[in-house]
Amino acid sequence: MEANTKPFSLFDLVYKYGTVAVIAIVVLLFSIVNPYFFTYDNITDILRSISIVTFVAVGVTFSLIVGGFDLSVGSTVSLTTVVSASMMVWYEQGPLVTLAVPIVLSLIVGLVNAFLAVKIRIMDMLATLAMLYIVNGIHTTYSKGYSIYANMPMQDGTNAPGKFQDWFLWLGQGEILSVPVPVVLTFLLVALTHVYLTYTRQGRMLYMTGGNLEAARLSGIPVDRYRTLAYVLSALFAGLGGILLAARVGTGQVSAGGSMLMDAVAAAFVGFSVFGAGKPNVFGTFVGAILIGVLLNGMTMLNLPYYSYDIVKGIVLAVALAVTYYQVRRKRRA
Amino acid sequence: MSTLHMQGITKQFSGVPALQGVDFEVKAGEVHALLGANGAGKSTLMKILTGAYQADGGSISIDGTPVAIHTPQDAKALGIQCVYQEVDTALIPNLSVAENILMDQLVHKNASSLISWKRLFAESADILRSFGFAIPVHKKVEECTLSEKQLILIARATVQKAKYVIFDEPTAPLSNKESERLFEIIAQLKNAGVGIIYISHRLPEIFQLCDRITIMRDGQRVATTATADTNMDEVISHMLGKSFSEEFPKVDVPIGEKLLEARGIKGGKVRGADLTVREGEIVGVVGLVGAGKTELARLLFGADPAEAGEVRLKGSKLRLDSPRDAVEKGLVLVPEERRKEGIFVEESVKNNLSVAALSKWTGLGFVRQGLEAGHAKDLVQKLGVKTANIGQLVGFLSGGNQQKVAIGKWLGTDASIFLFDEPTKGVDIGAKSDIYRLIGKLATEKKGILYFSCEFPEVIGIADRILVMFEGKIVKELTRAEATQELIMYYASGGE
Repeated sequence: MEANTKPFSLFDLVYKYGTVAVIAIVVLLFSIVNPYFFTYDNITDILRSISIVTFVAVGVTFSLIVGGFDLSVGSTVSLTTVVSASMMVWYEQGPLVTLAVPIVLSLIVGLVNAFLAVKIRIMDMLATLAMLYIVNGIHTTYSKGYSIYANMPMQDGTNAPGKFQDWFLWLGQGEILSVPVPVVLTFLLVALTHVYLTYTRQGRMLYMTGGNLEAARLSGIPVDRYRTLAYVLSALFAGLGGILLAARVGTGQVSAGGSMLMDAVAAAFVGFSVFGAGKPNVFGTFVGAILIGVLLNGMTMLNLPYYSYDIVKGIVLAVALAVTYYQVRRKRRA
Repeated sequence: MSTLHMQGITKQFSGVPALQGVDFEVKAGEVHALLGANGAGKSTLMKILTGAYQADGGSISIDGTPVAIHTPQDAKALGIQCVYQEVDTALIPNLSVAENILMDQLVHKNASSLISWKRLFAESADILRSFGFAIPVHKKVEECTLSEKQLILIARATVQKAKYVIFDEPTAPLSNKESERLFEIIAQLKNAGVGIIYISHRLPEIFQLCDRITIMRDGQRVATTATADTNMDEVISHMLGKSFSEEFPKVDVPIGEKLLEARGIKGGKVRGADLTVREGEIVGVVGLVGAGKTELARLLFGADPAEAGEVRLKGSKLRLDSPRDAVEKGLVLVPEERRKEGIFVEESVKNNLSVAALSKWTGLGFVRQGLEAGHAKDLVQKLGVKTANIGQLVGFLSGGNQQKVAIGKWLGTDASIFLFDEPTKGVDIGAKSDIYRLIGKLATEKKGILYFSCEFPEVIGIADRILVMFEGKIVKELTRAEATQELIMYYASGGE
């Protein structure tokens, strides 16, 4: 059973290059239908639109790597969006507090997730489902259900004292050498986490922990610590995504992260198969996010109704899962 | 008088003969013991009788009339019931005792679609009372003790007009008192004209209980005798056959300082074990399946938390609840369940071989790929792992090569004590002798070795000293010179 004598299989080929091929075909099709599609402006637009989802999806990838699952990331996005906005608008805080408070909050969410899933040993899907609701409830309670914007009316009849500051808006709307800042940040995130996961000892240990939890424990790996790390990083990246979202939109939209979960999960699962990795990986996740971004952008251009997007996203996720699980079954048989 | 007759039963598993023309019979109203060492073919024969397996050849008849048993339902329809050793696979944990006892009636084709709970509980309570079992019928099975589960299975098997009942190691989870109670029940069944096939590793109870004994070895029947006409020594020598000697590359190593000392280890099946291992010493721990060897190995390593006991390695105390602590202090385990606990099948040979000591090849947090690959290549060559390259996924390797990787994982660490739990299980002959040689080599490097196995010849061949386990305790210590298979079997099956 040597790798180089394996018979040629169409599935293997599709599995390895399918995602990339689909992106190429979709780009080609949309370009033919609408010449504006394949322009620098539109491509940076797509990348900017997926930058926040990519942050969240990278977080989900970390939870998948250790064999877990984090459903609470969407709520964490909503939380940090509202909190970072409120720091400026309600409390007139500067950069330090505006960034530190939401980051610390997201770290706490990650630690609670880890406590429930790792220490108490609730099934991760259910533990983070509970957190999804708790965090969501906290952020709507905190914002009293209102989105946060400059000069918004406060409950005591006055208007909010602060406003979104320029440095903050630059994070979401600025450009460096005509590349949008969120796109630059996304590339940085993908590059750094890719290096971390591929070339460092901790990255390797995260993969070993997820690959076989019991064997990892019996190899002397502190598996609980690595699982905790994964949940904390998952929440942290979701939290950073939420801050970027506020910066991009210029308001603290309430429940803005709700739709992010689905997109992020889809991106991470699409990423399993990219170039035949067969396991969660940051680069694949980025490609998955691009696929979703391209599809949504194209559909917008075709003037398809907004409501139909979920159908497409759901199908992408279902196909990605089908391919992943089919591959797992094939491997088992081998 | 009704007689069940199995004649010339053959069975192969992927070309390897498991049964080679076995004859076996059991009469109504007798208790017939079926004996044999691990792998003799008892379980396979019984699985054919209960319809779990299909025989390749041979016939089964009842009172001279051939019967066809293709499915477990066929066997049940003929009145053949089995009380399995693995009670948890035969019971549904989240249902009540009553539902489990009357399960066959509930799922029967002609069963009413509506369940009369009142009748269900009343009937099952009657059944339990008739056996003298005091188990509340409303209780959920998952809340029952192991022995209660065993009794539920017995009740279930016997309630349905069973003509023949197989008991597979029924006393293993039972206390002495409960065992006595079981023997009474078996006597009742026997008097009621039920034919009983009794499988057990415990020779004393077989001589107490059984009318006849059939002994199997290597897929063949070697003897059937009345219990009165034989004795324990004769039975043991039948089970083991001619003492065959395998070539073991045993190297004589001077035994050095004391490395490992364990006192009063208790937890789960293990009821108090003391042992020591010295430098260069290979200590065999033997026992039949279920004697508690794997459990002891896991307790020493900290894989399962111990209830009591103390383990010292070169004088420093191990935590006993943390494999990590054991690995750091230099005690490592090559586990029995290789694929589940030893290796990472979806990772490469290289990543598997470096996992336990990766910090050795890490600089500033980054894995130094060149050094790591060099180490992996060295080990692959040293261990003779047959793999295309070090990037190959371990899941694609053969069992023997996977085992070499599972052992190789520890060779990068500075471990001084190696625990091997059934290291040659599911491993081909060639890889087996590689593994023996490797263990011998570790001993020459002044490592201490604990070798857990139920393969007696293997342990006699490789160990300097042999500890025999029975029911969670180390019951006898033998030197290499005095150990024979017969002697080990005698102590491993409860002889004193």
